[in-house]
Amino acid sequence: MAEIIIKNLQKKFGDFTAVQSSSFTIEDGEFFMLLGPSGCGKTTTLRMIAGLELPTSGEIYLDGEEVGMKPASERDIAFVFQMFALYPHMNVRKNISYPLVSQGMRKVDVKAKVAEVAGILGIEDILDRPVGGLSGGDRQRVALGRAIVRDPKAFMMDEPLGALDAEFREHMAEELRALHDRMNATTVYVTHDQLEAMQMGDKIVVMNHGVVEQFGTPQDIYDKPATMFVAEFIGSPCMNFLRFDGAVNKGDTSVAFANQTFGIPKQIDERGGKLVFGVRPEHISLSDASGYRGEVLASEYLGTTLIITVATPNGDVKVRADSAQIAKTGETVGLDFNPQTITLFDEANGAALASELNEEIFDRG
Amino acid sequence: MAEVSLSNVFKRFGDTVAVEDMSLTVPDGAFVVLLGPTGAGKTTTLRLIAGLEKADSGDVLINGRSVLNDTPAQRDVAMVFQQYSLYPHMTVRENLEFPLKSPILKTPADEIARKVNEVAGILSISHKLNNKATELSGGEMQRVSIGRALVRDPSIYLMDEPLSSLDAKLRSDLRVELKRIQADLGATMLYVTHDQVEAMTMATHVGVLDHGKLVQFGTPREIYENPVSEYVATRLGIPRINILPVDLFGNAPAGAAHIGLRPEHIKQGDGKEALVNRVEHLGDQTRLHLELEGHKLITLTDAHTRLVAKQTLKIAPQNPLYFDAAGARIV
Repeated sequence: MAEIIIKNLQKKFGDFTAVQSSSFTIEDGEFFMLLGPSGCGKTTTLRMIAGLELPTSGEIYLDGEEVGMKPASERDIAFVFQMFALYPHMNVRKNISYPLVSQGMRKVDVKAKVAEVAGILGIEDILDRPVGGLSGGDRQRVALGRAIVRDPKAFMMDEPLGALDAEFREHMAEELRALHDRMNATTVYVTHDQLEAMQMGDKIVVMNHGVVEQFGTPQDIYDKPATMFVAEFIGSPCMNFLRFDGAVNKGDTSVAFANQTFGIPKQIDERGGKLVFGVRPEHISLSDASGYRGEVLASEYLGTTLIITVATPNGDVKVRADSAQIAKTGETVGLDFNPQTITLFDEANGAALASELNEEIFDRG
Repeated sequence: MAEVSLSNVFKRFGDTVAVEDMSLTVPDGAFVVLLGPTGAGKTTTLRLIAGLEKADSGDVLINGRSVLNDTPAQRDVAMVFQQYSLYPHMTVRENLEFPLKSPILKTPADEIARKVNEVAGILSISHKLNNKATELSGGEMQRVSIGRALVRDPSIYLMDEPLSSLDAKLRSDLRVELKRIQADLGATMLYVTHDQVEAMTMATHVGVLDHGKLVQFGTPREIYENPVSEYVATRLGIPRINILPVDLFGNAPAGAAHIGLRPEHIKQGDGKEALVNRVEHLGDQTRLHLELEGHKLITLTDAHTRLVAKQTLKIAPQNPLYFDAAGARIV
């Protein structure tokens, strides 16, 4: 298995820049997520790592060796496309054996290897069945088996669960992750689903318009978004943005707008003008004592929690409250914000302002 | 708007019973969501009310009057399908006007214009009224198809998974929108879905379907907190309720075979020792995948927990639900 280092990677298709100078490191054995909306360049990045696209510039190191211009066949990477791409006329065993047979491996070795993989995936009992009659889950396991069987240096997966319904998807996500934990194979996984990325990933790269917006562990990206795009893309409901005209100075621990003062983490950057106060839904509480008030527009019951939408002087916010909380539509409520969790952004470029909360994400570049 | 009810309705297709002895009342002004997996009979129920299917037995009543012998048009229902089937050669405005131009309704032209503008405003598609239907994004097309139902003032709106083909962000926006529109109009709505979040967040009443049978009917909170069976309990809640053998924790009522523990109903720091298999940081909370005497379960904990895989954690049930061997709730 392998470490993958991406340095200043860029890809242009004619005038269109699909990926703009991306750099990040995928450590050996990591389950690594490329996350972003469609058209953000995540699949192009994956295809460059696999060797299915050649970079316009930049380098890709696989286990220390620069492979950017090498053909896919010399990179020893297994690519798992949208699942279910099986050879329909072959049975399960033949589907899994195929990559080994085409490499010219001896029959006995193929047999042993297929048996081992079937054991890992728990599909020993269906090896001689045609793939046509298999359930969705089994087809997916077979597709995975075909990728694993070669013992590649790394796995590339492009939205492998995209076509599945929610319940089954959850189940397969768990199974994929458990499989990864057993094999410890470096895996690069493309998805547009933020929950899937948070759930499965050791690290996440968030991309938008071909640019790497942020790179880090799921919890860090959630707590310390580097840009408004990341803050909005991660989390459901996403981070709330209260827009205001104002200023912060270095060392400030509060910010003022709408005739109120709000606590914030000690600021490092200073900025004036159009600013954005970013707060996650679970860090807002309803409080009669607060002078910052708004009208309840809706409340959505979710079993354990309640999502309450409140119209404030600075825009609508969503509050995640305990489901025992009562909030009637039309009622006016006060809001409190947990000061240590606040991120301020500069609205002009969407970038977070550095504070004691998030300073390390800036050190990393 | 009207009250709509089904009374002991059966519908078979060959050997398959699609709807079995269904009795259900959608109160006037209610937002009823029928929840169930594929094949539970959700769509058939809608089609029986709309008059697109004929019941084998039982009765369908709108405002207390049997409509079994009425045509779909006479029943005056408005239906929105999963696949937005707009007229591709018409503009958005023409699509919205179409139902009002029906010869039965004889709506005056100024009334049509007023209604179309009002609905376009509600659905935030006013600026697209002169676009061709094919020039819209998926979300806009679905809003137009919902709009085509809203321009009318039918006895009931019937909606068949109208949001399922949209992306997550749009779906969550339209959930809030639909709920608001329904409340503002005081509309009677019957909405079918397999998505529990839609059911919980929008419904005034949820009906849970299992193989053509209505197994529970109540407010989302009643269904979540007080399910009648293991089946119903597993329909709502993310992550799903943990169903475990009853002897794992002891102290169960007589006849109980399974204990049902919602992830938030597991006390930590006391009780039996469980192994942490995996820690998932989801941002606002952390999911712990645990293993207790060979059984897997999921619980929730603080977003910034220091727990990592392979550590152990003591757990005990809190407000458990009990079920008998057949899956019925034991209270």
